[in-house]
Amino acid sequence: MVLQSSLKNCLQLSCILRTPKAVFGSTTSGGLIIQSISNDVYQNLAVEDWIHDHMNLENRQVLFLWRNSPAVVIGRHQNPWQECNLRLLRQKNIRLARRRSGGGTVYHDLGNINLTFFTPRKKYERMENLKLVVKALKALRPQLDVRVTDRYDILLDRQYKISGTAAKLGRTAAYHHCTLLCNADKFVLSSVLKSPYKGLKSNATPSVPASVKNLFEEDPSLTCEMLLDAIAEEYATQHQIDHRITLINPADETVLPGINNKTKELQTWDWVYGKTPKFSVNTCFNMVYKDSVLDVKVDMDVKHGRIEVCNIDLPEQWLPPALCSELVKSLTGSKFCPNETTTLATTLLRVCPQDDELHSRWNLLCENMIMLM
Amino acid sequence: VCIHRVRSCSSIRFIKSKYVCVFDKSALKFSHQQRLFRTSAVSCGQIVQFKLSDIGEGITEVTVKEWYIKEGDSVSQFDSICEVQSDKASVTITSRYDGIIRKLHYNLDEIAYVGKPLVDIEIDSSKGVAPEEDVVETPPMSHEEHTHQEIKGHKTLATPAVRRLAMENNIKLSEVVGTGKDNRILKEDILNYLAKQTGAILPPSPKAEIIPPLPKSETVPAAPKDKARKIPVPVSRPIVFSGKDKTEPITGFHKAMVKTMSAALKIPHFGYCDEIDLTQLVQLREELKPLAQIRGVKLSFMPFFIKAASLGLLQYPILNASLDESCQNVTYKASHNIGVAMDTEQGLIVPNVKNVQVCSVFEIASELNRLQSLGSAGQLGTNDLTGGTFTLSNIGTIGGTYAKPVILPPEVAIGALGKIQVLPRFNGKGEVFKAQIMNVSWSADHRIIDGATMARFSNLWKSYLENPASMLLDLK
Repeated sequence: MVLQSSLKNCLQLSCILRTPKAVFGSTTSGGLIIQSISNDVYQNLAVEDWIHDHMNLENRQVLFLWRNSPAVVIGRHQNPWQECNLRLLRQKNIRLARRRSGGGTVYHDLGNINLTFFTPRKKYERMENLKLVVKALKALRPQLDVRVTDRYDILLDRQYKISGTAAKLGRTAAYHHCTLLCNADKFVLSSVLKSPYKGLKSNATPSVPASVKNLFEEDPSLTCEMLLDAIAEEYATQHQIDHRITLINPADETVLPGINNKTKELQTWDWVYGKTPKFSVNTCFNMVYKDSVLDVKVDMDVKHGRIEVCNIDLPEQWLPPALCSELVKSLTGSKFCPNETTTLATTLLRVCPQDDELHSRWNLLCENMIMLM
Repeated sequence: VCIHRVRSCSSIRFIKSKYVCVFDKSALKFSHQQRLFRTSAVSCGQIVQFKLSDIGEGITEVTVKEWYIKEGDSVSQFDSICEVQSDKASVTITSRYDGIIRKLHYNLDEIAYVGKPLVDIEIDSSKGVAPEEDVVETPPMSHEEHTHQEIKGHKTLATPAVRRLAMENNIKLSEVVGTGKDNRILKEDILNYLAKQTGAILPPSPKAEIIPPLPKSETVPAAPKDKARKIPVPVSRPIVFSGKDKTEPITGFHKAMVKTMSAALKIPHFGYCDEIDLTQLVQLREELKPLAQIRGVKLSFMPFFIKAASLGLLQYPILNASLDESCQNVTYKASHNIGVAMDTEQGLIVPNVKNVQVCSVFEIASELNRLQSLGSAGQLGTNDLTGGTFTLSNIGTIGGTYAKPVILPPEVAIGALGKIQVLPRFNGKGEVFKAQIMNVSWSADHRIIDGATMARFSNLWKSYLENPASMLLDLK
């Protein structure tokens, strides 16, 4: 089959990258264990899409191992404004991705490993997969108190979440993926997963916050590599396949034709933000201007990530009403995005009367509006 | 991929062929009145209720999260219909039939039940009835004979759509392994069978992007003697272009630009162009680049252009002014906040370097670096984007020589810089030498700026750049 021989070619390259594991897996059907050489969240999510869409999983199952540089990954039907601190993400240059499976929001960094179990649709069985992971962990460190809950989480010491799960079902195939905290930055995790945005109302899937712990804290001798190897070993044993891991390059079009388009799609604003279910923002804020404090009330409806309806209640005559309505008119239809609002507002300023007082009031209002996004 | 079917109810099977099957409400009304003649449903096709199939893991209910189609849309088998969610699993529901969506049984965020109808699809009548159960072939018609075989006493089960696909590809159903219930043959079984023949992985969805290359052994080369005899006859085919116009509203930033540019066009522009010999500057920059690098700053030509412009503005302050709306007053701006046009994903944005008149070339370079990285990250703040008094646009990085830039209100002048080209020029001794030539195109507001002023400013700016040492004399 084409896929196998291409992987073989890829493999010859990857021999240089990571020996001794980089040996081609079994040619017989049954199963395949692959690991991504990339830490780019979009590329790795694209690999999942590719396997789900293009690979024939009838007689084989696939385990995909991957890790990402710092990124926040939200579920298919979630609202990023509700789930994380977007301002902080931008400041720290942490990526935001929306995956195609359901579930809640997670923080990834190189101290977290991701496992994706690909099966035919009929063999979709999340409990089995998680039990496999627990078995692998116990084989590695028998003293670890890890167990699977009925919410498909894995708990350490019965109270700390070390793994979250999500799944995607298609017509003929399905995948179940989960995270596993080995040595992630808990401080960054908790700060980015706390949303500062107020007044949001939506039907998007909410995340259920949980206390987390790293396996490393329980046993400092553990590394991500060890966990990956242990899980791969257990998978290979249970599926009776070669335990060797095949490395895969998510940018290689010859192995994965069409993958770069998938990667690009996952990065588009329309996918990451535009797929947010309809929501509304009803909030107010105080602006301090010279010696007075002003109350501003803002109401917005956001659909497909764009402002459908916008209403700004300002103290009368603080800004010329014509200007206010110009701002509201321009915001309507535009992306609910700080960059878009900044460029929009500053461009509009060019055609306003050239009055320093007016300009500073305008800038103050716009800065506050931008803080909502 | 939506396949539009031409609806013609000329099939003999339907008694109601008396009526022209035009799908609009008037047809329905008409047939309601003719009750005596109506013997079956008004619509041409049969409405089938597509039920939500089993999700697995004993799940009985899901939430509808997104509809990919709406009532009235055409769908093909395997097209995505909607996305439902159940307990951390997102499921894509695909259509089982080809037809038209007639009813959505749920709104967004409603709970849908497994085994209950999800959508109503109207099946194209000319294709024959396609009920949820598969059809067991009754005495076949002659052309379908080869697609119906008895294997070990079992009749092969397959829907008419699957049979047609097999027939179109000259496949014997007996040779296909069925993976459906009771070994029925599904569409993906035919596709898999085809895939095995060509040795490629063919995805089940017709929307798939990959076109697997056929192994070389498949292409059978024509025998040479056959080739000699055949003369290719050009077939004239009507050229069909199926592209459609796409209209979308102008929103956000672009809307604001429309306003700005409309206002800009009200300004009477005049242009003035010239060519600058940057040979000495190119050399100077080469020398200074590593020094700036050590200090952590990338040094381009722009900091020099910007500083030279500021020195020029000190002599010709009218170019750094602003005209009020009524054209009654001119305000000479004290700060030289020189804007630099940047091309980003969004479009053209113009952040400015503040107070160039008190900045060194290095400081300008450093500030430019900061603005450029913020610009490409989409994180420029309001302060960086407002307060500009004069603008330079380095369109030459993309290409071009001369341009006709548009003044950005409330400014009164703008310069567009073309690309640096190596061209032959004559020196003082009449010898030809290699010169680094860049073209500049200025535009200015003719209401308050005259040609002479613009020309003199340009000459001064040019002299600073052609002989960079002269900048030292006037640096503050």
